[in-house]
Amino acid sequence: MKEGYLDMELLRFTTAGSVDDGKSTLIGRLLYDSKAIFQDQLDAVENTSQQKGLEHIDLSLLTDGLKDEREQGITIDVAYRYFATPKRKFIIADTPGHIQYTRNMVTGASTANLALILIDARKGVLEQTCRHSFIASLLQIPHLIICVNKMDLVDYGEERFNEVVAEYKNFASKLGVKDIRFVPISALHGDNVVDGSENMDWYRGETLLHTLEHIHIGNDQNLIDCRFPVQTVIRPHRDEFHDYRGYAGRVEGGVFKPGDEVVALPSGLGSKIKSIDTFDGAVEEAFAPMSVTITLEDDLDVGRGDMLVRPNNQPQVSQDLDVMLCWLNKSGPMPKAKYILRHTSNEARCMITNVLYKVDVNTLHREEVETEIKVNDIARVKIRTTKPLLVDSYKVNRGTGSLILIDEATNETVAAAMVI
Amino acid sequence: MKYSLTHLKELESESIFVIREVFAQFDKPAILFSGGKDSIVLTHLAKKAFWPAKIPFPLVHIDTGHNFPETMAFRDELVKKLGVNLIVGSVQETIDGGRVREESGKNASRNSLQTTTLLETIENYELDACMGGARRDEEKARAKERFFSHRDDFGQWDPKNQRPELWNLFNGRKNMGENFRVFPISNWTEMDIWQYILHENLEIPSLYIAHQREVIWRNNTWLPVSEHLPIGPNDKMETKMVRFRTLGDITITGGIESDADTLEKIVGEVAAARQTERGNRADDKRGDTAMEDRKKQGYF
Repeated sequence: MKEGYLDMELLRFTTAGSVDDGKSTLIGRLLYDSKAIFQDQLDAVENTSQQKGLEHIDLSLLTDGLKDEREQGITIDVAYRYFATPKRKFIIADTPGHIQYTRNMVTGASTANLALILIDARKGVLEQTCRHSFIASLLQIPHLIICVNKMDLVDYGEERFNEVVAEYKNFASKLGVKDIRFVPISALHGDNVVDGSENMDWYRGETLLHTLEHIHIGNDQNLIDCRFPVQTVIRPHRDEFHDYRGYAGRVEGGVFKPGDEVVALPSGLGSKIKSIDTFDGAVEEAFAPMSVTITLEDDLDVGRGDMLVRPNNQPQVSQDLDVMLCWLNKSGPMPKAKYILRHTSNEARCMITNVLYKVDVNTLHREEVETEIKVNDIARVKIRTTKPLLVDSYKVNRGTGSLILIDEATNETVAAAMVI
Repeated sequence: MKYSLTHLKELESESIFVIREVFAQFDKPAILFSGGKDSIVLTHLAKKAFWPAKIPFPLVHIDTGHNFPETMAFRDELVKKLGVNLIVGSVQETIDGGRVREESGKNASRNSLQTTTLLETIENYELDACMGGARRDEEKARAKERFFSHRDDFGQWDPKNQRPELWNLFNGRKNMGENFRVFPISNWTEMDIWQYILHENLEIPSLYIAHQREVIWRNNTWLPVSEHLPIGPNDKMETKMVRFRTLGDITITGGIESDADTLEKIVGEVAAARQTERGNRADDKRGDTAMEDRKKQGYF
């Protein structure tokens, strides 16, 4: 057992969908079949389902935890759930399909390596399929698994499955997602979820769980562009570490090694990496998402918000950012309003100087005339900051290409943005 | 496979990142330390986050006075080893000051009284971020909790009005009098915690390991006999081989029958368990939304 769990990887995925597409049933089945649901939880859900007069067990009750959600039968917020198989541990960011959908889907997608998208085999590609897929591609989720669900209601027919796949591929060609897979399933009866399907012997692919367990995620990391945003400086003030000065942070890209030449930005001063330290000993290599402490050969003035990079591979340094913005707050931006911008461990003030267009998430249509930004809108905008930021394109690096805006008066997080 | 981390290493790295953010974004942070396994893991992660420096903030223990003696001894030993400050908020003092009234009856507990003492301690020491070892897999209200959880100047949690949390960008901005609860191990499960304790060979209170103890059967669990537990005429005291899956007040924490007397056996037992760990906690049995209700008031 000790050896087994030390080989396990972590896969974060997101699901989006509405009440009627079978998402809760699918998640319930994954959790139940992998023994992540306990008997006392199931008993409680069974009792509540009976009280509500339902014929089947309502698995959404497992996850809708807040009083208002249970009373109103709606999901308000992103819920995180966990299950593990001997191969992988999974974190699901489960986002509601209707209410505040952009805000919640963007939040859930921001940390995911993979998105599950459900299509009802009877209905085919709908507006919400389009919306989910667009947001997944906008957030640069590298893998999509399209579950064509309710195959039992179309007589497990291969022809219908192929039609839905063709319809989806036709639409998805605009999205630019590299890895899209299709699995015909019946979440209700379990076909191709954990176990293969006798009803669909024409399907030669893997089950959903097998795909989740084996999909290769190692290539999703950026191992080329070295980026190390400094979170804080470690100075022990103890005799044995008298002159110790370590830069603590998490690697956001590339591979750092002792002896590497580095440049501290924004100062531009150069030095060499002396050591990469952790509590468990010095390491020979550090890559994302490792949290380490880097010491340098020279005493430089480096602090929070600065970034260590390689001399021949540096991020853009700019006060003018071209971004895709997702507005998350109830009230839209006021003209000329200033916001606090957070990017890696850095902070600046900024204003939105220009709205180029808004995107209709259901049709991908660009609206260039009516550009007033409201809650759940996605728009291409220009931002001007009070000081230069060290950014990469979000396509190249999700860590150094993402930022949030905070309202100065309320301190609320009002928007999320990705550098073009 | 060369440039990939195991799930435990990735979780560890995420938690260290969050703990360092807390240090960088707040003036007076602290760790809420209960002596339970989750706060032990959290404290260990804080040690890793700042090594070779010491943990740069105090541990805060909200002392209900109804403790397992083993937990107290463990706490004092750990504080000594780490060389950090310990702040104790005493529920007894809150009761003596007349600011809360003690519950009475057979199932009385000081669990809900902790909230008042916690809020008083936060105010007295002007703590602006209290890190806790809560996990999202523990309880359904906690599944919706943020890493950085904003609390208003009454210490209240507003679950419907939480700040969205994207990527690894944490927003710890606040107005005067407001504060944060931060949960660096949000993404860990009970299984992850035990695997990590085993892997890192962490010391834990002996209560987690199967031992002989005098107990009574009440509310579907084995409650430990202590001076704080009112014993009724129908209560039958028995000696059983038990261990505890969570540690709370001695009056409300039930044990399970178990012969898991090593960390390896505990990991095996957790893998096979069919009941949630909080199923033995009387504080969560007070209604379907007991946790949410307490959290809204300022419980952690």
